[in-house]
Amino acid sequence: MVKIAQISCGTDFSGVQKEIEKAASTFGAEIVFPETDLDYIDEAYQKFGFNCASSGIKLMIARAMSIVEGKSDADAVFIATCFRCAEGALVRNEIRRFIQQNTRLPVVTYSFTERTKADELFIRMEALATIVARKSILAREKQEGLTLGVDSGSTTTKAVLMENNKILGAGWLPTTDVIASAQKAIEEAMDGSGYKMDDVDGLGITGYGRLTIGKRLGAKLIQEELSVNAKGAVYLAGHQKGEATVLDIGGMDNKVITVNDGIPDNFTMGGICAGASGRFLEITARRLGVDISELGPLALKGNYKNASLNSYCIVFGIQDLVTSLAAGGSKEDVADAACHSVAEQVYEQQLQEIDVREPLIQVGGTSLIEGLVEAVSDTLGGIKVIVPEYSQHIGAVGSALLVSGMGDLDEK
Amino acid sequence: MKVAVFPPNSLILADLIERKGHKPLVLQSEIRKKVVDAEIDSPPLNITEEDPIKGLKYAAIEVPSGVRGRMAIFGPLIDEAEAAIIMDEAPFGFGCIGCARTNELCVYYLRKKGIPTLELKYPVTRDETVEVVNKINTFLDQLEEENG
Repeated sequence: MVKIAQISCGTDFSGVQKEIEKAASTFGAEIVFPETDLDYIDEAYQKFGFNCASSGIKLMIARAMSIVEGKSDADAVFIATCFRCAEGALVRNEIRRFIQQNTRLPVVTYSFTERTKADELFIRMEALATIVARKSILAREKQEGLTLGVDSGSTTTKAVLMENNKILGAGWLPTTDVIASAQKAIEEAMDGSGYKMDDVDGLGITGYGRLTIGKRLGAKLIQEELSVNAKGAVYLAGHQKGEATVLDIGGMDNKVITVNDGIPDNFTMGGICAGASGRFLEITARRLGVDISELGPLALKGNYKNASLNSYCIVFGIQDLVTSLAAGGSKEDVADAACHSVAEQVYEQQLQEIDVREPLIQVGGTSLIEGLVEAVSDTLGGIKVIVPEYSQHIGAVGSALLVSGMGDLDEK
Repeated sequence: MKVAVFPPNSLILADLIERKGHKPLVLQSEIRKKVVDAEIDSPPLNITEEDPIKGLKYAAIEVPSGVRGRMAIFGPLIDEAEAAIIMDEAPFGFGCIGCARTNELCVYYLRKKGIPTLELKYPVTRDETVEVVNKINTFLDQLEEENG
């Protein structure tokens, strides 16, 4: 059983401990608490050197030290503190770095509220459990042989055919029936390659529909999107070592993953408001009478400060843009204002929850809108943003890459 | 009299209060009520999502859930308190609820309540310890007299 060491403050008094244990046990893992005693807390706290007032946080430091010094046994680490606790957020991050720099254990962090439920933690616990179980596969940095990766997303299904570290073909279509969409995306990816399904050495699947498709098509790798997307992004960006942030502003939801050496360690996902999604840009493009592919170049020519946009809401925000146009504002300025609106909202709702690390690798369909990429960089104070080739296919590329480490297709 | 203590789970302070015939208002007795409740299954303390929401009486929504969860237990004890003993700068082995923000809020509420309150600095020498215990006993004796 995978032992996940819990290093946290406030889970008991927030009433969420049971949810954490439930999430871990769902993926065959067990929560353990690293050994400490009162004297060791003082010793570890002095050694670590971070002055904090809360003794719960001092205990976290001692537990982290206990793992690093080999006094406690664990396969993975889950670090959590209350949402909005400034001291907790600071120490959570420093402990994360401390463990990553001094051990090879996978780490996932989280800030919880009293409403945190087990299912919100599933993807993190699954990632921890599979990172432990599949360490050798996740270490893979090069794709070999002929493999196929499929990303069955909530909005679109993507497929990629790869051979010896090169992408031969890619398929992309809106998700309707999960299996039919996957089959069609695979056909598109294989089209013109000269290969048939039987030639493929391995099939890897990720995304919401992974279990259904994986079973039906006999996939060799069925993996949650957190580790696959992280891997796909750093692979495509040529940044497999060191820290990075992966940002995916999707059509319906947004994901931010922080990565260390290609392994994810934190993740946030939001999708309550369409104003912070690709949908806002789609509607803006329609109102401007341009194709979505033209919106990015248009925005680059404009200045968002010239267009008044007082609301992030998809309804009121678009009305503001229309008013700006009616008042003689240019299409360019309005396009730029829409991109900045989405970037600012993603920042306010999500990026503030997470420790953003440079470079930021922007992926997904919206990463092809140059104006949005520039707006994200601006909003984050000029941070370096990389948009790799095939950025809209990272999940499929990650799956094709990872499955190539799993041997012959015969085993399937 | 009902005497609240800070740290709210200090066994030593609770014991001194009990010896003088008063009722210590301590966290342990409240947590005990929760953990023996067969109806709730939210280990380790049987605090559920509802508790941090109850804590909203003492701290607003922007305050972290752990602070509100703690206040849901200790807040009603502060409400009930007729006197208080606050021990400042105590090491966590003496009693502690783990969170500096909760500590600040608890001490503030106790002070604001306007009840007889004894504030002490944690003793570090033998002489200081004797003096602190004497002060606590005198304070508790006076409460008794005031109480009639």
